[in-house]
Amino acid sequence: MDYIDSGDILNEGDRIKPRKIKQAIVEIVSDSGEGAQKCGQSFGAISAKMGNGVWTVEIIPAEIQPPARSREGASGIRVRIGSDKVTNMGNHADLVIALNEQVLYGRIRQDAYNENTLMFIENKWAKSEQESVRQQYSEALLKFKELGIQVIEISMEEECLKLMPDPRKGKNMWILGLLCYMYDRDIPKAENQIRKIFKKKTDEVIDLNIKLLQAGYDWARENLPFHYEVTPMDVDDDMVVMNGNEALSLGVMASGIELCSMYPITPATSVSHHLAEYFERVGGIVHQAEDEISAIGFAIGASFAGKPAVTVTSGPGLALKTEFIGLAVMAEIPLVIIDVQRGGPSTGLPTKVEQSDLLAAIYGEAGDAPKIVLAAATIEECFHFVVLARKLAESFRTPVILLSDANLATGVQPFPRPKIDPLWLTNPIDQSPWKDGAWPFGWDEKTGTSKRPIPGQKGGMYTVTGLAHGQTGKVAYDPEINQASVESRSRKIASFQKSLKSPKINGDPEGDILLVGWGSTLGAIEEAVADARAEGLKVSSLHLRFLFPIVPGLVDIFKRFKKVITVEINYSDTLGHPMVNQENRRYAQLAWLLRAQTHMDIDCFSNVYGQPLNPEKVLKMIKRELKIENSEVKV
Amino acid sequence: MLVQTHELCSVPSLDHDYGMEDYGKGVARWCPGCGGHSILTTVQRVCKDMQYEPEKTVVVSGIGCSGRFPHYMGTYGFHGLHGRAFPVASGVKFRRPDLNVFVVTGDGDCCSIGAAHWVHAIRYNMKMVALLFDNGIYGLTKKQTSPTSPLGTHSNTHPRGSVLPPINPIQTTLGLANVSFVAQTVDWNSAHLYATIRKAAEHPGLAFVRIVQRCPAFMRDLYGDIAVNPKNLILLSHENGINLKPKARQAFGRVIEHDPSNIHKAREHAEINNGIPIGLLYQNTDNARYDEYGAHNIGMGVEEKKQNLESLLDQYSTSNSV
Repeated sequence: MDYIDSGDILNEGDRIKPRKIKQAIVEIVSDSGEGAQKCGQSFGAISAKMGNGVWTVEIIPAEIQPPARSREGASGIRVRIGSDKVTNMGNHADLVIALNEQVLYGRIRQDAYNENTLMFIENKWAKSEQESVRQQYSEALLKFKELGIQVIEISMEEECLKLMPDPRKGKNMWILGLLCYMYDRDIPKAENQIRKIFKKKTDEVIDLNIKLLQAGYDWARENLPFHYEVTPMDVDDDMVVMNGNEALSLGVMASGIELCSMYPITPATSVSHHLAEYFERVGGIVHQAEDEISAIGFAIGASFAGKPAVTVTSGPGLALKTEFIGLAVMAEIPLVIIDVQRGGPSTGLPTKVEQSDLLAAIYGEAGDAPKIVLAAATIEECFHFVVLARKLAESFRTPVILLSDANLATGVQPFPRPKIDPLWLTNPIDQSPWKDGAWPFGWDEKTGTSKRPIPGQKGGMYTVTGLAHGQTGKVAYDPEINQASVESRSRKIASFQKSLKSPKINGDPEGDILLVGWGSTLGAIEEAVADARAEGLKVSSLHLRFLFPIVPGLVDIFKRFKKVITVEINYSDTLGHPMVNQENRRYAQLAWLLRAQTHMDIDCFSNVYGQPLNPEKVLKMIKRELKIENSEVKV
Repeated sequence: MLVQTHELCSVPSLDHDYGMEDYGKGVARWCPGCGGHSILTTVQRVCKDMQYEPEKTVVVSGIGCSGRFPHYMGTYGFHGLHGRAFPVASGVKFRRPDLNVFVVTGDGDCCSIGAAHWVHAIRYNMKMVALLFDNGIYGLTKKQTSPTSPLGTHSNTHPRGSVLPPINPIQTTLGLANVSFVAQTVDWNSAHLYATIRKAAEHPGLAFVRIVQRCPAFMRDLYGDIAVNPKNLILLSHENGINLKPKARQAFGRVIEHDPSNIHKAREHAEINNGIPIGLLYQNTDNARYDEYGAHNIGMGVEEKKQNLESLLDQYSTSNSV
């Protein structure tokens, strides 16, 4: 987006008309605890309420409280708003508002800005009592200008001091006011948003924050030459706006699950925070267990007793739960396991996005333990896939792993309000007598499915065991029985696969390149494909929601493209390194899976920078693959 | 049988008179002389005397010789993972207060691999009976040192004798937050075993019973002396304790008066090292119960759920305000 060339502040009294733009990417960055995220979330929520497409992504430092003014300590948020649906964080920011200049270095290193980025920087540091701070400030400004970034210094602190003695906790709402002017946001909606976020605070606090909002707005109107309008969409649907973890939580509530058994782990925990706040209103409850293992054991116990349950975790927790997941497969106990993935291995990058639990989710258990694995690609799917996961868990008497990730967890996006079906909310508890003579594992010869007895059912008494057992449920070491029982559990998955449809292709059904993605990268991939196709490139994409079992029809689709490449946020070896060759190359996880399932030469494009994927990187890769040298895309 | 039983309360069957045969299943495959046999019969007797509906009774175990227990009960059973009986049992009970839950666990299961869950199960204090089958050795895997094996025990993992002092499960349990019922008994005194498990079943909270158990295969000598010489058993006696008929008391060489409401005395007795204190060491019926918390909002109807969910979604609606 091209801004007005002049970086000068307007003279008092000047007015300009808003210029229409299709979209804007705004970042607010600061030290931890300065309310940048609250400001950005509010800006996103107001925009969503106005009918704009929105995507937000939080910028989270690894430490809880990094030292002030540290280069890698940026805490904040990126908000992308548009006239159409927004599905990803986009490329470079159009505007960044920084409460200190140091935190910008880290974001520059992460390629968040380019020469079109406008920077608003708090200028109180220029007057700091410490010489070193003054020096750092002037050095940084020089450096940023060298990079071609337009820098505008703003006395945010000074302006806020007119309203309050300690602006540390108020500057964010002043900035919100500035943004509301700059992007022509609706002030009554902004005021309502303030009332909502401060609903637990006193009227005084609310009034002060509304004054700050107004002051920021007025200041911008008087002083800024920038005034844009991002036209809202015509949406008939009743929309809701929330982040992925809130959507998972609401999905749990809507699915009829009535127990969430969890242990705190980033970035999954906020699902349980949300549930802890609201679950009891819809007849559910959260159990915080003593550890990850106990959390899933407790959920399995509840589910065995007929109470639908979920456990919510992230990679390290999933690893700890594997033995119990194996038991749930073996004992055929329905269970929903939500894994909000983060960077790994081990403790890894707790607050950063990665999609590296796919193979662990599918194959993580000892022994042969097939189960259903799904991945949500949007915030909306975070909601609906929990409902689906519970249904599948009970229909196929199996654990279902639902994968989300750190990008979806904190990303905010509007979507059509779900229409709650009362059937979702029904409890499976059946206390009518068990059919006389029926076995607790009466596997249907064709489908492998069976009906389970639930404690309380007269005549259904059986003992669940993780030991090998036949249809009667009794421990059996007979070789034939073991072969047949492992087969039955596998057959269930096959019969589920038979009910799936072939995935839809985004773009033409044939061409040079087909990109295959899964999870939160959907928006970035599809935007890159749209850009590539606009340039006449023969590129399409498809996005998988069912990872195990794999959906039907893939071989036929893949055959129609010269090259198939998976796009993932996990590790793969890059050919070209002296130690890496075709024989020992490690593929990205979906590529690995698809190669195994389709026997086709599927390539991959993946990395583990801990950053959400942006469309530009995908587009660059497409051009590299098609050997288009004069790429217009700049890094 | 009542036509309807509400989820919230346990209503004993009215037209049924359950007999021992209703609680048994199959033939127990423990070694001859194993303490497991007498414990199994005793639990079945307690179920019968309490007239627990077999379909409303769940026995949860871990892994080890004791883990086989649910397979021999005519109730619902859950033979799960090594060390993880407590989490599963707690999950069963949390939203199903109408179920009678037993936890069967061994010394390796409870005091070693599942020790974290033991600590927290005591603190949760959910109404269930937890039976620790403590034979001081790993039996199923053939004689490895257990956390309760006496110092110097010769085993396949410590052929020259074990090198650490054992955990005393009673002492440990009595040191845990929110502990509400701790008793100790022996597998070979059926009157005391019965009275203890019966008392445990009646306790409103988690009743932890350590059963000193013989293992004829691998720890023949551990309790050999004690079993033949009743002087080594110290009976804790009190009107609020586990009471035996006068004749049954004669099996005990020593008797100490102990008020089970006194936790300090209980801890003292737990540390007796020249004999085994048998009886109710501690009971408190007023402790917080996590199963009551778990059941506080069960049974909400679909309509109400839907209505509340809709009003929750309103909060996220883009059209609910200006």
